[in-house]
Amino acid sequence: MAKSLREIRFGCDVLIIGGGTAGCQAALTLGEHPSVSVIVAEKANIKRSGCLAAGVNALNAYIVPGRTPEDYAEYARNDAAGIARDDLLLSAARGFNRAAERLESLGLVILKNRDGSYAARGNRNIRINGENIKPILAGAVSKLENVRVLNRVNIVDCVADGENVFGAVGLGVDEEILYVFEARAVICATGGASGLYRPNSPGFSRHRMWYPPFNTGAGYAMGIRAGAEMTTLEMRFIALRCRDTIAPTGTIAQGVGARQVNSLGEYYEERYGLSTWERLRGAVEESRQGRGPCYLRTRGITPDQEDQLYRAYLNMAPAQTLKWLESGSGPHESDVEIEGTEPYIVGGHTASGYWTDTGRRATLRGLYAAGDVSGGCPQKYVTGAMAEGEIAALSALRQVEGDLTPRASRDVLGSFVENLRFNVESWLGRDRAIFTADDIEEAMQTAMDRGAGGISSGYRYNNAQLAQAGERIEALESLAGDLRAADMREAVRICELKERLLLCRSVIAHLGARKETRWGPFADHADYPKRDDENYLKFVNSRMINGKIEIIYRDIARGREVCEHSNRP
Amino acid sequence: MSIRIDPDACTGCGLCASVCPGSLITLEAPGGRACIRRPGDCWGCASCLKECRSGAISYFLGADIGGDGAIMSVRDEGRALEWIFRRRDGTVLRISVRRDESNAY
Repeated sequence: MAKSLREIRFGCDVLIIGGGTAGCQAALTLGEHPSVSVIVAEKANIKRSGCLAAGVNALNAYIVPGRTPEDYAEYARNDAAGIARDDLLLSAARGFNRAAERLESLGLVILKNRDGSYAARGNRNIRINGENIKPILAGAVSKLENVRVLNRVNIVDCVADGENVFGAVGLGVDEEILYVFEARAVICATGGASGLYRPNSPGFSRHRMWYPPFNTGAGYAMGIRAGAEMTTLEMRFIALRCRDTIAPTGTIAQGVGARQVNSLGEYYEERYGLSTWERLRGAVEESRQGRGPCYLRTRGITPDQEDQLYRAYLNMAPAQTLKWLESGSGPHESDVEIEGTEPYIVGGHTASGYWTDTGRRATLRGLYAAGDVSGGCPQKYVTGAMAEGEIAALSALRQVEGDLTPRASRDVLGSFVENLRFNVESWLGRDRAIFTADDIEEAMQTAMDRGAGGISSGYRYNNAQLAQAGERIEALESLAGDLRAADMREAVRICELKERLLLCRSVIAHLGARKETRWGPFADHADYPKRDDENYLKFVNSRMINGKIEIIYRDIARGREVCEHSNRP
Repeated sequence: MSIRIDPDACTGCGLCASVCPGSLITLEAPGGRACIRRPGDCWGCASCLKECRSGAISYFLGADIGGDGAIMSVRDEGRALEWIFRRRDGTVLRISVRRDESNAY
């Protein structure tokens, strides 16, 4: 039964792909320039899309009084063991406080001191009621006259000729529509990638993961396919979380001062160090050496502290509060068991993503990156994603106002449209197929888990395992072309699967190219178990050339205020 | 964890379907009742619970992650969100979280 997609075309100055935190802030920035026409294409609904759907309980990147953006950049660089870009960290950090103030002006509740200043939680955080952070941002975007929000439009590819980006093509999530966007500038803000590795609970609760299961790495994949240079995909992020619910642990650790303890009751954190990856390594090593499970020592907190924890979790990870209440034993009676998650690729925490200049211009003209897809700038979190949305929007604005953009040639646009139409109509037209997208996704997660350092291999891998995983992923990429879709949701699922598979292939190439172990479990190469500053205090970057992932090593530049692609490290 | 939608309480307004970040909820027909076809795909963000005006959606933890059959629902009271917990033994607990109050932690 042949189905054909209806085509709808849009033209605009700036296309923003993804209406999460970074995308909304990019739209709000461009909203101040009413002559510029903007479209936000969002595969769900910007009211609750992206990684803040459930809320967030603190702004984790804020310059508290007495500290400077330079201090923040130094902290983030040290946490990443040197693999971070000073220019990107500084430019993001200079925007953290403005982002927080904007959120407050839009209605976000921020805890204050008596003198009206924000109440800090530690050196870099401020406390908020972030349950409604996403509706607040989305509500502000929906009021902008020059910004059109298209919900339930899933962008599949940037339209590009190898050097320039001209727009994008996508699919209706509900309706049989092929969307074509011609844009002078494209800001990629899709978020990072979950679901590459077998999750903690692979059965019914397989989507109870740290990062949204709906962030499939689309932004990375469309950049890789278009030939953009990507950086540091080997610096995986693995979160230390509450067991089962995969809820955050920082709120407990910082909120009530709970320390990590092993099954013998020993406090072990200081033995491993206090950077993000060292805290994770502590729990992983204690379990590996037979002293698990590990816990946060919450027993003995007051009933009032317990009540405040219940409330804090309802504002960001309600599953944890339900878990405490239904077990009949809250954190003042029982310690909270912790575990590492499966690895994610997410540039807001680690440094994976597009290789950009200081203005968040990707290596293709007309393409910009912000938030979790933007690389080289770890630990930027919510306020940093917003700062990058603003920076990318202002860069795109300069380009659009300068009218430097070449228009798409009909041939380039036409080939992307026909290619997507052909693929989707084939999936929709197929009566039967041996495998489903779920089958291939499970096979991908198993291959990554076993061969590319997932949970079951203790996050460790070697060259032989990486080669095996790489072969399996390539075989699965081929199988993914032969799937069947009953409707558009299933067609979008096949696109998402293909995005994840391509990203897996890139991650494997990056893991193999960093022949050292710099960040413990984040990239634990058993053949090269030591940190090697002499050879690897540099970026591992890549580009896809003729279908192959080619690795490029780039030096670390320190203290440079601005990096252009012409003077890039 | 995932959600259940009570077909008798659902009014078919479609608000839950419109906000689900995974596009997991559909209406059986235009104006029909909402359903989640693949409950295992739910992330557990609770966005749909907060939208539902008729209390038709409840949230539970899967047995594989220690769920004990308790369910949670949310009532939007304007200035606060009231979270309602019903344990398997029938006991009910409510926690009201004011919107204008920051987290203590």
